[in-house]
Amino acid sequence: MNSAALWAFIVKELRHIRRDRQTLTILLFMPLVQVVLFGFALRSDVRNVRIAFVEPAPDAATVALRNRFAATNRFRVVARVRRMDDVEPLFRRGEADVAIVTEPDFASHLSAGDTAHVAVIIDASDPNTGSVIRNYAQAVLAAYEGDLTENRGATRIITDVRMRFNPTLESVNLFVPGLIALVLTLVSALMTAISLSREKERGTLEVLLVSPLRPWQIIVGKVLPYLGLAFANVLTALLAAWLVFHVPFRGSVPLLLGESVLYALASLALGVLIAALSSSQRGAMMAAMLATMLPSALLSGMIFPIASMPRWLSPFTNVVPARWFIVIARGIMLKGIGLPYLWRETLVLIAMALVLITVAVRSFKPRLA
Amino acid sequence: MSAESATSAIEARNLTRRFGSFVAVDHITFDIRAGEVFGFLGANGAGKTTAIKMLIGLLPPTEGEAHVAGFDVRTQRLEVRRNIGYMSQRFSLYPDLTVRENIRLYGGIYGLTDSEIRERSSSLLERLGLSGSAGDLVARLPLGWKQKLAFSVALLHEPKIVFLDEPTGGVDPITRRQFWEMIYAATARGTTVLVTTHYMDEAEYCGRLSIMVEGRIAALGSPEELKRQFGAASVDDVFVQLARTTSEPGTAA
Repeated sequence: MNSAALWAFIVKELRHIRRDRQTLTILLFMPLVQVVLFGFALRSDVRNVRIAFVEPAPDAATVALRNRFAATNRFRVVARVRRMDDVEPLFRRGEADVAIVTEPDFASHLSAGDTAHVAVIIDASDPNTGSVIRNYAQAVLAAYEGDLTENRGATRIITDVRMRFNPTLESVNLFVPGLIALVLTLVSALMTAISLSREKERGTLEVLLVSPLRPWQIIVGKVLPYLGLAFANVLTALLAAWLVFHVPFRGSVPLLLGESVLYALASLALGVLIAALSSSQRGAMMAAMLATMLPSALLSGMIFPIASMPRWLSPFTNVVPARWFIVIARGIMLKGIGLPYLWRETLVLIAMALVLITVAVRSFKPRLA
Repeated sequence: MSAESATSAIEARNLTRRFGSFVAVDHITFDIRAGEVFGFLGANGAGKTTAIKMLIGLLPPTEGEAHVAGFDVRTQRLEVRRNIGYMSQRFSLYPDLTVRENIRLYGGIYGLTDSEIRERSSSLLERLGLSGSAGDLVARLPLGWKQKLAFSVALLHEPKIVFLDEPTGGVDPITRRQFWEMIYAATARGTTVLVTTHYMDEAEYCGRLSIMVEGRIAALGSPEELKRQFGAASVDDVFVQLARTTSEPGTAA
């Protein structure tokens, strides 16, 4: 019906954004600054590394090596396969963090005092975790080698370590997807919450609600300009990452942009919800900081790997939309994988967006006064 | 639509709003005729704003019913909204938009065409003597001008009824007088005006008044009728008498 009314409202929103030069400048340049600032790594402890064994010909020595890994509290054996090809899907689905590949006749090479070869293949799309896993795996292998030498005299295991997905262990590669999530959260949730609660505080919302505009039109009109801004921010962050740090982009750009819109919708709905529940602009800003920015930075796996969080804390990360978006964005950008591997995370995001939108629209209605 | 509503701009029957156990508006009944200036008086917290919010569809009534421009405020909210203008207690224009942008926004929201908006905004600006300031940010206008502009914008879509909730708060007496001249000009064009105020001199300008005390209508009539009925010299005296006898419910005219 009155799409002209909606359009008039959107034009007004765009004018608000354009007129607030300072905020607009900050919002536009923020992705750039953050990409540059966050180009550093954070070391961390890793537990429950999921390990897969590729044993073309299992024998006593491969079993002994496997038990050795299983005996540590760091590793959890998730698969035993015969061929290298079988381990590939595990990596792509993110079900294994590391694979230990032993050569055929492993036991006879060892007992002959010969040199035996072991390949360690690590999913290093998270470089912090990747390098920590490398150190652990090498420690276990060295201890095994030492025991053998003690018993039978000089034996050598030659270890070949390969980092998958992120061979140079660039932490900035890992950071960019997280950064996109953070920028989207800021623009979508925080800015929407501020601008909507400002209308509430000023009393202009009341006037809009008395006009023929429907509540959903007010929400859509509020949210659309920020969605556009968020989109521009994703492109800036990607461009900055590519130009400054030469971060690779292996997957599909349209897919990443689509997922970004999905994530932005969930965040926008969260922003609307926060504005509906807050009585002042200041309160909405604080609430948005606490409820969206901090979890998106700290509980999403962006800075601290979820694998190294205390066991009681990690379930809470599941309710943070950024956690799912970051898995998706890292998968697309660093592993070059698409929906066949990421449909589960995508479904979670869709469900979150739908629930948040429904709750936001509901909460908006009865709080008209 | 009942036969009555054809002649009444607003009719309320036992309109009631409770918040928990607190009764903000207690069974108020009144009719406002088309083209009339109807004043809502009362102390802060007497229920004026709550009553208005029910009439414009911002708050659902707990009990009773009301028709505005012939439409039911419960079930025909959108039709009610299309036919009314509203100026809230708080300033309702956007300070970071220019005068012209504000006019265009509200024109657009109320479904006016571009040419209608252009015509009406230039005549509006001319009437207010603001033609030279059309490109200025509203934040830079003096308060009196802001209020007059807000009122004109509330009338832009030529509503049948306009609700003014304490429109002259914090405005100097001269601007208030000019504001009332604008109200009369609007009624001369056939608009019905419902205005809340706690300035007693303004009450004398209304065609009819209702004085609310603790959620009820304690008195209703023209300023002259009320003064006669209460043997008072001014509406202010009527108001003071009613405020003293809050314990016993007043007798509506």
